[in-house]
Amino acid sequence: MSLLQCTDVTVRFGGLTALNKLTLTIDRGEVLGLIGPNGSGKTTFFNALTALYPLAMGQIQFDGKGLHGQRPQAIYAAGITRTFQRSRLCLSLSVFDNLMIGNHRALQRDLWFNLLRRRALAGEIEDNIERARALLATFSKRLPDQLFAPAGALGMIDRRRVEVCRALISRPKLLLLDEPSAGMTHEETRELMDDILLARQVDPALAVILIEHEMGVIERITQRCVVLNFGQKLCEGPYAQVAADPAVQQAYLGED
Amino acid sequence: MNRSIFVTALLCIGLFTLIAYGLLIAEEQWHVGAVAIGAIVALAAAAKLGGLAALERAHGDSPGRVQAMLVAATLVLLWRFHGDHFALLMIAKVMLFCVACLGLNVQFGYAGVVNFAGAAFLGIGAYTAAVLMAHTAIPHLLVILIGGAVAAAIGLILTLPMLRTRGHYAALITIAFGILFKTFLEVNDVLGGPQGLKLQGMEVLGFAFNDNIEYGEEGEVSFYLNYALLALLILIIAFAAVRRLERSWVGVYLDAVRIDELSASVFGVNVGRWKVLAFAFGNFLAGVAGAVFAAMTGFIAPADFTLSESLILVSIVILGGVGNPWSIVPAAALIVVLPEKLQVIQEYRILLFSILVVLILRFRPDGLIPRRLRVFGQGGKR
Repeated sequence: MSLLQCTDVTVRFGGLTALNKLTLTIDRGEVLGLIGPNGSGKTTFFNALTALYPLAMGQIQFDGKGLHGQRPQAIYAAGITRTFQRSRLCLSLSVFDNLMIGNHRALQRDLWFNLLRRRALAGEIEDNIERARALLATFSKRLPDQLFAPAGALGMIDRRRVEVCRALISRPKLLLLDEPSAGMTHEETRELMDDILLARQVDPALAVILIEHEMGVIERITQRCVVLNFGQKLCEGPYAQVAADPAVQQAYLGED
Repeated sequence: MNRSIFVTALLCIGLFTLIAYGLLIAEEQWHVGAVAIGAIVALAAAAKLGGLAALERAHGDSPGRVQAMLVAATLVLLWRFHGDHFALLMIAKVMLFCVACLGLNVQFGYAGVVNFAGAAFLGIGAYTAAVLMAHTAIPHLLVILIGGAVAAAIGLILTLPMLRTRGHYAALITIAFGILFKTFLEVNDVLGGPQGLKLQGMEVLGFAFNDNIEYGEEGEVSFYLNYALLALLILIIAFAAVRRLERSWVGVYLDAVRIDELSASVFGVNVGRWKVLAFAFGNFLAGVAGAVFAAMTGFIAPADFTLSESLILVSIVILGGVGNPWSIVPAAALIVVLPEKLQVIQEYRILLFSILVVLILRFRPDGLIPRRLRVFGQGGKR
């Protein structure tokens, strides 16, 4: 059975149908590319999947559970995390704090524990510092030294890395990457994609959905692509196949 | 451990004590003005020469020792003024305002929940204490805690509409509540109406707080010393609680809720729960401060808990540095003591504070002592 099964997912904003009966599946360990022209509904799909937008219609089955109509917190608890197209780190907090927001599930939320059980809390903090360091080190040798620097002091690529780490630290089953190459150079994009491939080697069951405009990236790391246009699925298949599809070319380049 | 840092820290604390002493002892208007100007010059010099930075380093190295020094300095100050009703009342009032502002700091500085009804929650604590002390036999220390609990509980009702709104609109709800609260007190005969209520004073284990203690020949300890010591104890506990809260996972979640609600919720943070918790926590502290304040002054009236008093509380937090508990102490001292001492500005204090807050927001938006980055564990040193 596939990890994620979306059936007829529809999102409407007033009279505008941003996503129209999208049906999509992804298996464990698969990397799926989600491509399409601007405004075709890619980010809307992520927002619908993470319960930021309500579904007008449709079902989402994830790991055997129905996720439609749930709250964002429940989506996270089920094991879906994401990054945002425009970086949404808390820039005034340290890198460590940002990672710990991502690790919310594993941490104590009890007020009495946090106020009174100081020794247990200190132990939990030390464990998590080690974990954060180890995770950052798989992405960059220098990054662990920046653990207690404000996230705002990092450069663009390191911020993206921290964002990806924040999404990975809770060991999700499905990672949603919303255009991780936005605002970065070719060289930086290549580095980041290598990092992501590395993260998949650490956890081979991790499934990834990647929104990307850099077709080189899509070609290199995805096994299958879904092309969206005007909120509808245009076609799907391996990159070479969809890139050759005349309907896809028309969607990107327009009619003559 | 570096000794010169500790000596510098000690000198700084000495300077703070001296300034507080000078302000409290000055009687003539021009004396007060001179002390205030001298204090500004001395503090600017201490900052320039790295004294304040050394104090911060010393506190980072061994917080316990620096905190003990600060408490000792306060006790010295209290003993110096042990016979002076007015000075002790001032000190105790500053400390109780600090407790209330620590509460606002958790709400506003951490969770981002603006509260323009701080004085109303102070008032809930005060009126709860007045009613319970007059009509029940509940031990008075417990009454203080109940004052906090009632303030927190009434605040919880207020969170129902607040959670449905954001930003300015949530702030408007608190303003409306503050005004309603004062009007409610004024028209309510059971609670004394505009004339307010009288309190008998606290009694703990048979020890009456409101008796002056005489010693030797003509020596007398003002009864306000009892309240000042109680306020100091409460301030220490509240301070420790707020600092622990900030340096825990809860502190991280509260910051996440304030900075970016949406991304916090995507990572499973229950935004509503933490807002409610911060609001209740803050109101509890305000209620406790209000209860002690009522017992200390022996008389409370609706006029003590107006919107402008709420604004004074907010301006203390903004002036000091939003999110930094330490900054509240000097800001509260400045805002509470100066108008009492400089009667020339008494009438215009709200105007002057507004100008001060606008200037701070314009030129130093993080406040006089900005919040520091939270660093867990060994600070990344290995």
